[in-house]
Amino acid sequence: MDRARGRPPLVLMLPALVGLVFLVLPLAGLFVRAPWGTLGTRLGQPQVLEALRLSLVSATIATALCLLFGVPLAWLLARVPFPGVRLVRALVTVPLVLPPVVGGVALLLVLGRRGLVGEWLDRAFGITLPFTTSGVVLAETFVAMPFLVISVEGALRAADARFEEAAATLGAGRWTVFRRVTLPMAAPGVLAGAVLCWSRALGEFGATITFAGNFPGRTQTMPLAVYLALETDPQAAIVLSLVLLAVSVAVLVGLRDRWTGAA
Amino acid sequence: MLRRVLVAAVAASSLAALAAGCGDTKDDKSGGSGGSGGSGGKTLTVFAAASLTETFTRLGKDFEGTRPGLKVRFNFGGSSTLAQQITQGAPADVFAAASGTTMKTVSDAGDAAGQPTVFAKNRLVIAVPKGDPAKVHALADLAAPKLKVVLCAEQVPCGAAAKQALAAAHLTVKPVSQEQDVKAVLTKVRLGEADAGLVYRTDAKAAAGQVEGIEFPESAKAINSYPIAALTKAPQSALAREFVQYVLSQQGRAALSAAGFESP
Repeated sequence: MDRARGRPPLVLMLPALVGLVFLVLPLAGLFVRAPWGTLGTRLGQPQVLEALRLSLVSATIATALCLLFGVPLAWLLARVPFPGVRLVRALVTVPLVLPPVVGGVALLLVLGRRGLVGEWLDRAFGITLPFTTSGVVLAETFVAMPFLVISVEGALRAADARFEEAAATLGAGRWTVFRRVTLPMAAPGVLAGAVLCWSRALGEFGATITFAGNFPGRTQTMPLAVYLALETDPQAAIVLSLVLLAVSVAVLVGLRDRWTGAA
Repeated sequence: MLRRVLVAAVAASSLAALAAGCGDTKDDKSGGSGGSGGSGGKTLTVFAAASLTETFTRLGKDFEGTRPGLKVRFNFGGSSTLAQQITQGAPADVFAAASGTTMKTVSDAGDAAGQPTVFAKNRLVIAVPKGDPAKVHALADLAAPKLKVVLCAEQVPCGAAAKQALAAAHLTVKPVSQEQDVKAVLTKVRLGEADAGLVYRTDAKAAAGQVEGIEFPESAKAINSYPIAALTKAPQSALAREFVQYVLSQQGRAALSAAGFESP
């Protein structure tokens, strides 16, 4: 153990510092260039609050959906051996590498008004998803869910399956085992996944603007507002970014203190 | 020991790559294009509005044909974004914008060499999905409450033009979405998600077969001008001027009007 301590080697410290600076410097740039004098008036604008509220609400609902469907999916991948499990795992991670704009187009092709499923939804129930807040939530869920699945699956694989076996030999059914043993053991992973998922949903841009469009109060989330502000008023874009940054850091730090303090 | 050297070398080279990548918005090594004085192996970098994509790509190929060894690279995008990249120091030789205002931000910053020249004009048309399922015939039809209309956001030139045309017709249209650029409007119409959208005539023409373009008289009130200029910090200033001349030449005009642009 002692050998692992001592002075941290330069070959690790140097790239680590470079990495840190590279990540932090652009943020510092935002702070330096922020129009602090007019910050108050810019923040008071109703569009800003509207976009912020929409972002927070849609990212939270998207995370809930990801948990609802993603945790069972991760369990399936980690615990149920079935032929083609590797292929399914690869498919689940596709949205990670897919450019989000392409994801948005794919969603349109399936859930759009003339899409494979969307056409039927429209005809049978009169539901159209594009250009609605539900569309925003769907786009964010699509892009964010893989983060949750990967994180939870990793946690499940790392968890000792012998506890589950023990519970099963003591007569617990599979659902009970999942609820009382598996889930508590994987809780840190689920939480980390949910946080990652929420952050990704909050910053989502490409799939959202492609699938749900951009309309203030209905589908214009903060990243969309930032992008359009950049076209004419970069200062406003910086302010909006800072707001998004501050809110997400506050939420993440709050979560960390409350729930993951032990993790 | 060897391994340590290797790791340090990797770290150093990645640092260098990082530094090289920082000033560059494009993936090319612009350093190679800038310095070399020989005639061959030069690269000309043109920043052009997204609506010029098809026409300029072709003009670029033709221009390359007249100068062996020359490579023309394009950065197509929203005019305002491109203008920002240029004023922030992106290594560009030529800028072709979709509006006078975006060009003005570049010339105001002292980045345009000489007076920008208007080389083309474009007007809006109503784009509807093939077959026009919602039966849109005129601009006034867009005001129908049930109709799903997408427009460009007011912050981008096509949105400003749409606003102007609608104002000239005294119409209030409630779009379901304000898209970030004209191609996004076209996509929504092409896929049938929107019943109608306002796009440039050239965009409707490029997507003919999937969308129909409906001309409307009020478009005369909102005509976009496309200015072009060589840039003061151009790594290839002579070639930049030649390219501008080429776009303004008979050949350039012919390609532009074939795409649906009007002459200035």
